[in-house]
Amino acid sequence: MFAQQQSVLARTNAAAHSAQRVAPVSRPCRRPRAVTVLGAALTDAPQEVQKFERPDSTGRFGRFGGDEGIKLRKYVPETLIPALAELEVAYKQAMDDPDFHAELNAILKDYVGRETPLYYAERLEDGSMPEIYLKREDLNHTGAHKINNALGQALLCKRMGKTRIIAETGAGQHGVATATVCARLGLSCIVYMGAKDMERQALNVFRMRLMGAEVRPVYMGTATLKDATSEAIRDWVTNVESTHYILGSAAGPHPYPMLVRDFQSVIGRETRAQCQAKWGGKPDIVLACVGGGSNAMGIFNEFVDDEDVRLIGVEAGGEGVETEKHAATLTKGTPGVLHGSFSFLLQDADGQVIDPHSISAGLDYPGIGPEHAFLKDVGRAEYFAVTDAEALEAFQRLSQVRGP
Amino acid sequence: MQVQRAAIGRPSAFAGRRMAVRATAVTTRPSVSGRMAELKAQKKIAFIPFLCAGDPDLETTAVALQKLDALGADVIELGVPYSDPLADGPVIHSAATRALQKGATLDAVVAMVAEVSPQLKAPLVLFTYFNPILRKGVDKFCQQIKEAGASGLLVPDIPLEETGTVRAACERAGLELVLLVTPTTPKQRMADIARASQGFVYLVSVTGVTGVQERVQARVEGLIDLLHSVTDKSIAVGFGVSRPEQARQIVEWGAEGVICGSALVRALGEAETPAEGLAAMEQLAKSLRDAIPQ
Repeated sequence: MFAQQQSVLARTNAAAHSAQRVAPVSRPCRRPRAVTVLGAALTDAPQEVQKFERPDSTGRFGRFGGDEGIKLRKYVPETLIPALAELEVAYKQAMDDPDFHAELNAILKDYVGRETPLYYAERLEDGSMPEIYLKREDLNHTGAHKINNALGQALLCKRMGKTRIIAETGAGQHGVATATVCARLGLSCIVYMGAKDMERQALNVFRMRLMGAEVRPVYMGTATLKDATSEAIRDWVTNVESTHYILGSAAGPHPYPMLVRDFQSVIGRETRAQCQAKWGGKPDIVLACVGGGSNAMGIFNEFVDDEDVRLIGVEAGGEGVETEKHAATLTKGTPGVLHGSFSFLLQDADGQVIDPHSISAGLDYPGIGPEHAFLKDVGRAEYFAVTDAEALEAFQRLSQVRGP
Repeated sequence: MQVQRAAIGRPSAFAGRRMAVRATAVTTRPSVSGRMAELKAQKKIAFIPFLCAGDPDLETTAVALQKLDALGADVIELGVPYSDPLADGPVIHSAATRALQKGATLDAVVAMVAEVSPQLKAPLVLFTYFNPILRKGVDKFCQQIKEAGASGLLVPDIPLEETGTVRAACERAGLELVLLVTPTTPKQRMADIARASQGFVYLVSVTGVTGVQERVQARVEGLIDLLHSVTDKSIAVGFGVSRPEQARQIVEWGAEGVICGSALVRALGEAETPAEGLAAMEQLAKSLRDAIPQ
């Protein structure tokens, strides 16, 4: 619950910031319209040739990775390679199968509760800011965007004939979403969660267990999302023949960044249609919080080729990006490899991963989905960081004018 | 132990010291493939121990390397500690975490290797994850470890498709790049990996991460046969091998080498004192060495 609120506030705060930092782009006759995602979420694949082709046939996003001639896409132990290849094939087949889409869309509608509203937050108005619209991913079943991806992957898992599901979780939203779809589809479910996060997010631990999932605490390292992800990958290496790993963010080895983006892109597709219906146009700014980057990719993906739409990602700045306690990977990180993908990374001069900090469980991740690194690299999306304090303040403000 | 420490110079100065370039080491260190070929010709089986550098500290690692060499290790794998070792289980992960806390940076490890390697008969294979290599610069990394006296490199998180740059840099530096096959690797891919692997082919005996196992899975016998059917190169089996009877079993199944890691790392790193750790590690290593025909 708190996690959800935190992600809400990060996004909201980002919205507030965009007003200060983002000068109205065009059409000075009216205030710009900004759409931001509420709740945590991810995306869907390009259906036609786009200006920014992502990813290419080898699973690379621009130099992420194709840096210095290195083919960068699957930095994982050899044991997982056949499983990743199998997943890629299963995904492609599913995408070409109308029955798969029909099943997915029906469950998204009747079980998840899509589409989610696009809500005009009129009481945030003080005349100085853009008109802010909230894409209410928090109104999905389980309270976050995470279920869009968890559901898609669980259906893939059934097609692959695997019956055991593992997942990592930070705030618990992805864990709850995964536990939920596993209960719905009759799959066994094990969720790895940092011991520190289990304390911070006890209610979500209860929810996962209620739905029959086993929550395994991870004590190594910082006992947060990074270590939970490492432990989930170790489980997958060990049980790969029977198990599918539902990775929750647009990160990890290919094909995960593509696949997670694609399952989350329903957010952006709905948003475009809703904007069209509300004012007959597009948003001027699309803004989303970025931890690993799944909800942001979910809404950005739809608008990447619309050059008149600004894409802004907001990272967890912790106690400030000038301190050592933050999780602002794109703002302060350098290119590196973590959890199977080449992207930006918070690391020291020796290439050791630095422990990130955020008041929000789940945003304290030292890596970032490689497609965000690509969008930053080519200048298509902008990324800013806001501090814990700024985020809390914005959360309170939003709560007071909207009701959390 | 005091004598051995004296023999390797000033061990306490490893941390933070710039690596000295040792031209003699570069030219005199044996190659991994050369050593494996020699053993094969003599119908001997390679004993390949693994240690995590810097656990409990780099001075002890230096002594441990000499002890392993003296008791007959044929090749030695040395792990460079990394913060997020995806292919390692709790024993080596914990050892790496302790080593990093003690200041075992890449430069410090390389400096230690430069000091010790001239006194080792066994070729050294450095085991490290990809990110520290990338951070250092792939070519620079390979040159530095070669100059320090390493003969080979093993990177557990780069599968075959991703080896191109590292392999090219290894070739330029004169290092052999050892690749891994696993129980999930299909036959054709096994052949491709074996063809590209240098020194030997590392057969991972489990689907899983490093760590002590109760027994070696029966399917390893079939995996060794399958791998032999696609390559003439020596096969060394590792992951989960901790006891002499397991080593004997692997030898009976026809492997040319036995790799033991976590059990030695635990013996060395989880003892009360470095001296006790060295003694426990040496005892276990001897029992493994004795179980493997030499």
